Amino acid sequence: MVSTSDKKEYKVIGTRPIRHDGYDKVTGRAQYGADIKLPGLVLGAVLRSPHAHAIIKNIDTSEAEKIPGVLAVMTSDDLPRLDDVQRASSEESGSEKHLSENVLAYKKVMYKGHAVAALAAIDQNTAEEAIKKIKVDYEILEPVINVDQAMHKDAPIILEDFEADHLGKKVLNTNVALHERYDFGDVEKGFSNSDFVLEKEVNMQTVHQGYIEPHNATAIWDEENRVKIWTSTQGSFVVRDSVSKVLGLDVSRVRVTPMEIGGGFGGKIPIYLEPLAAILSKKSRRPVKLVMTRTDVFEATGPAPGGKVKVKLGVDSSGKMLAAKAVIKLEAGGFPEAFIEAASKCVFSCYDIPSTRIDGYDVIVNKPSSAPYRAPGSPQVAFAIETLVDEICSEKGWNPLEFRIKNVARKGTRTALGPLYTRIGLEECLKAAKKSDHWKSKLDDNLSPGKKRGRGIASGYWFNIGFKSHVNLALNTDGTVALTEGSTDIGGTRASISMQAAEVLGIPAEDVRPTVVDTDSIGYTDVTGGSRTCYATGYAAYLASQKLIQEIEEKAALKWDIDVEEVIYENGIIKSKSDSELKMTLKEFADDSPGGPITANASVDLEEAGGGFGVHIADVEIDESTGKTDVVRYTAIQDCGKAIHPSYVEGQLQGGATQGIGWALNEEYYMSRDGIMENSSYLDYRNAYFLRPSDD
Amino acid sequence: MAIVYLPYKLRHFSMGSNVIDVNGKNLKELINNLENLFPGIKLELVENNKLKPGLSAVIDGRTTRLGLIHKLKEDSEVHFLPAIAGG
Repeated sequence: MVSTSDKKEYKVIGTRPIRHDGYDKVTGRAQYGADIKLPGLVLGAVLRSPHAHAIIKNIDTSEAEKIPGVLAVMTSDDLPRLDDVQRASSEESGSEKHLSENVLAYKKVMYKGHAVAALAAIDQNTAEEAIKKIKVDYEILEPVINVDQAMHKDAPIILEDFEADHLGKKVLNTNVALHERYDFGDVEKGFSNSDFVLEKEVNMQTVHQGYIEPHNATAIWDEENRVKIWTSTQGSFVVRDSVSKVLGLDVSRVRVTPMEIGGGFGGKIPIYLEPLAAILSKKSRRPVKLVMTRTDVFEATGPAPGGKVKVKLGVDSSGKMLAAKAVIKLEAGGFPEAFIEAASKCVFSCYDIPSTRIDGYDVIVNKPSSAPYRAPGSPQVAFAIETLVDEICSEKGWNPLEFRIKNVARKGTRTALGPLYTRIGLEECLKAAKKSDHWKSKLDDNLSPGKKRGRGIASGYWFNIGFKSHVNLALNTDGTVALTEGSTDIGGTRASISMQAAEVLGIPAEDVRPTVVDTDSIGYTDVTGGSRTCYATGYAAYLASQKLIQEIEEKAALKWDIDVEEVIYENGIIKSKSDSELKMTLKEFADDSPGGPITANASVDLEEAGGGFGVHIADVEIDESTGKTDVVRYTAIQDCGKAIHPSYVEGQLQGGATQGIGWALNEEYYMSRDGIMENSSYLDYRNAYFLRPSDD
Repeated sequence: MAIVYLPYKLRHFSMGSNVIDVNGKNLKELINNLENLFPGIKLELVENNKLKPGLSAVIDGRTTRLGLIHKLKEDSEVHFLPAIAGG
């Protein structure tokens, strides 16, 4: 959030120390999931469906089992069958049954690439050869690959036994898993009072998060029925809880170690390989590692939902919005969850509109089950509403930035879902955009023949969440502080959380040594996602640091035999208020402190801290004959709050903008009529990237 | 009295009205009083003495993490909304 009143001076926050994990990562020493080597480790392979929609009539694993070197083979018969009950986890949704059936198909495959069987063998070649020997007898069904097909009255039903919820009514035999409605005010009256009413529908394609590191999992099932898992994840506790459900184990029997993560963007919250590795380990009595190929990642892990979004706006002659409607139809993939609630929350989030109605449809299609991707649901609806706003402004000759300022949501605005906004910073972002060099500059019209340039502006929103985090601190005898946390580090949170601790402790960021630990070594911590980690785990670090200071002061009082009220801790120096002789550095004290190790910990379960808004300006150059489009200038203005480590904030803005450009211009799942992704490699699926971002 | 905004799918309990004034020192008491007004509504909101999985309560602009024990002010505004996951 943009703030002009916060004058607090920080010593560590706002600086740019070298990241704590930097050297390990640039030298290749950092350990990712695929790097795991354990005594007796064997490798696995997964058999995936070649069909988008089919009934599994029979699976014959006998030939595979006969191959020398094959140690274990599994199908869904090796997993307990779970009920269709909603999971109670704070950050994962969907039913336990669907969680399990997405990990391994049961009776039916929902998408091409859906896992059907898995095996472990003494080496990768044996595993890959053996997996081809598993024979699956399919009855191929007509696939349903977009929302229009899925919502057609004669559409094949993908989840025949699923009870859908349509505005609170239980409905069977439908591909619409959920229909939600949110309405405020009298939207039809708002339209009739409007001078202009425009409507637009956009068709969004399925795109992938595009993280570099493929999914992986290694597991050991030991003799005490305890399972140890090493994996690439955004949330080790979500993996623990999900795996324990799928395997039918108590959570205390599953220990998850999060490895370094090569990108996630929301896509590494769900589980895929972990239960398979665990069962194969149980059957083979060996540690088992599974690693996806890039094609597996595209075909079997959660993309962002495609779909259709229709928006309608009513505006009076002065340019004030009076009413708005949205119909959001997003593809859930093979199992429910297309983030329509989040999309509904975001669609009109940038505007103060008296009357709104939103209908959201969570639509099951024969594509991989959708996963979060950078503000799930928000880009899809932002594209629709922001395009329509631009078209209205273009048609009426209104300045699109002034129009947005005129209709801006601010503190006290009632959102389309109902709650009032607390303090937010969109207006400040829009005003910053207005003052920016980019907005004030003229488009370059000295172009080659056949080239044209244009400028676009758009606003966007994503809320944050708080949720649960835990941090432990321990004062080392050399005066540094060991910080342990459960938040996996995707975007630099090891540094930003350490910096918050260092700020409170008055020591350099480098003197806080962060480690992300396994689920047995830290209190429950929610996923690194929902824009929560720097805030919530940082808050736990802030509280733990205050407790650590209290502990230091108490033990210094013990050492000097004075009252604790006489002790002051300030910027790494411990001293007496009244006796100038009693003074020592934290290092001196740490090396000889009485009463045992100095430690502190803190837990939080926080509410959200206000939403985040952004305003982006893009200049594009288009070749009229080929349609080739280049982004020639891009400015992102974001209400980031206080940037803990500005380099990371800049990196997030650059990365987010680049992924948005890819989504808008380059990326798309090209689906055949049979529901097969035709471009499931990075040769054909074109992510946007830049060679070097400019700081201009 | 707290002001309760009912989600669309629960408005059949209130004959279509989306805003109800209800007393309650905390969310649990408020829901019990809602149940007195609209029998059956509690089943849609509470399961095993907690807010139902998949449901959240937004109180005075923030999604409560305390659930049913969340204390309410005299003029609190309470919205029952689907819990939003992912990110």
